[in-house]
Amino acid sequence: MEYLNAFWVGGLICAIAQILIDKTKLTPGRILVLFVVIGCILGGLGIYDKLVSFAGAGATVPIMGFGNTLAKGAIEGAEQGGILGAFMGGAKAAAAGITASIVFGFLIALIFKPKSRS
Amino acid sequence: MEMNQQEYGDYLNQVSPNSKLFKDMLWAFVVGGIICTIGQLISNFYMDNLGLNENDAKGAVSITMIFLGALLTGLNLYHKIAKHAGAGTLVPITGFANAIVSPAMEFKREGLVLGLAAKMFVIAGPVLVYGITASVAVGMISLIIKAVM
Amino acid sequence: MNTKRMGSQTVRFSSPVPILASASIGGKKEGEGPLRDSFDILMPDAEWNEETWEKTESKMQKEALRLALQKADCKAEDIHYVLAGDLLNQCIGAGFGLRELGIPFYGVYGACSTMVESLSLASMLVDGGYADHAAAVTSSHFCTAERQYRTPLEYGGQRTPTAQWTVTGAGAVVLGGRSNVGVTHVTTGKIVDMGVKDPNNMGGAMAPSAINTIKTHFQDTGRGPADYDYIITGDLGTVGSEILIELLGEEGYDISKNHKDCGCMIFDGDTQDVHAGGSGCGCVGSVFCGHILKELSGGAYRRILLIGTGALLSPTTSLQGESVPGIAHAAVIERLS
Repeated sequence: MEYLNAFWVGGLICAIAQILIDKTKLTPGRILVLFVVIGCILGGLGIYDKLVSFAGAGATVPIMGFGNTLAKGAIEGAEQGGILGAFMGGAKAAAAGITASIVFGFLIALIFKPKSRS
Repeated sequence: MEMNQQEYGDYLNQVSPNSKLFKDMLWAFVVGGIICTIGQLISNFYMDNLGLNENDAKGAVSITMIFLGALLTGLNLYHKIAKHAGAGTLVPITGFANAIVSPAMEFKREGLVLGLAAKMFVIAGPVLVYGITASVAVGMISLIIKAVM
Repeated sequence: MNTKRMGSQTVRFSSPVPILASASIGGKKEGEGPLRDSFDILMPDAEWNEETWEKTESKMQKEALRLALQKADCKAEDIHYVLAGDLLNQCIGAGFGLRELGIPFYGVYGACSTMVESLSLASMLVDGGYADHAAAVTSSHFCTAERQYRTPLEYGGQRTPTAQWTVTGAGAVVLGGRSNVGVTHVTTGKIVDMGVKDPNNMGGAMAPSAINTIKTHFQDTGRGPADYDYIITGDLGTVGSEILIELLGEEGYDISKNHKDCGCMIFDGDTQDVHAGGSGCGCVGSVFCGHILKELSGGAYRRILLIGTGALLSPTTSLQGESVPGIAHAAVIERLS
């Protein structure tokens, strides 16, 4: 059941993004920005966590989950450390993802070469 | 040609083929769903077998998924899946890794500092800019609400 | 009075400008397409033993011109001018590719119309008596074009159905001397902008300029579609070709029976994943300098109207929300008796 929920919720979020790609002039880069901000807002309102407890990775793996992590981190930070905490909390909570993408991005780009397409 | 720009634009929309929405959505749904299910599998493995708590497991899953997305990009495979999957490979965190690795690889020839490193965030940078800015806004708003209540 | 001008935009040469020799280079994918046998050189891969794709593209220009010179039995010193261009910023494909040949060089840019633009200008130089021999060279490379205009190769983006595939190819011609094929007229196009803002629909953006140039050519020369075996456009692709045929038909010129498009000829749309067809300077360049000239010198064509089509956009203008201006230049090439 856990896997099924992860599958259909994650798939549905992607399918919605696909509608935006096909039917609007939004470029993929803009859609990612839109989704991370929506994740932030839903996270701030406490709605996204309900989706996470229902769908698990189906809600955390899409980029909206990254927005949710950032927002929750900022709120927690604000509770503990006021304005300074609001500044630090988001990036702290998302540190694993940000650092991993920089480090792996660097290493993989060092090792591999891009290839032409056929 | 007896057409103004508006009329030509309408005509062009009419004759240009559209994306096959249903097929694209199905691909996005299935591939996006599979990627999330893999994420769930990894998450359960970290919690059940390595004894990580839920929060740590989430971070570990992010790191793992980003690694997989980056590796598939390096192996010249990610864009081949993405050609069909579209948003199914764009929206999961693996797509974020792809957006970081692909320009870094592409611009390596322009140097390790001004090429690889400088170009790393040309596509994914905006996600961090708007994501982090929005998070600070959310944190500030939560402070204001607390002060008012 | 000037006797070489006809009508508003056309020049008729005092005698046909001979096309002495040509050479055509294609990439791997082009070598898998329907025109595979018409290329002089097929590259084994995208790199062709070079470290960067920019170097590869320069090599393509150099080798195309070298081979054309060899076929023409000319030395570099015999060529009074070379006119060359490509799609890269500052036309580095041409500049770096031709630097060691030591031929007086004019760099030209007309986006994907550059082959016909450089052919037109080189023909004028020869006909005007300014050169005994002149050469025209253009190229494009899928990898250099993607990286300049679009996204990194490994980025997982989806191409829209109207998107076109940049041809990896180069073409070179040597004009002057004696030959059984020559350029008789050129019609220089005006920039036409119908406000199309989608950089992934170049065929749609360029079609109005092709319509304008072809119509002007017919008016200037008093000719019509029936005077040509084929009317061959550069890279309008499937979408642009459909628009061209329909809207020219409404103007009273039915080209539905003898229109071809290099972007549609170079790839097999059913088996090769290219969406709306091929594009790029190297598309019309390699198809003209290979397939078309072979058909003209010994095959099925006697007289054709060749129209190079270009989209005068840059990534900067697209991001700034500007529309895509189109340009189209035409040349009449025929078998000489």
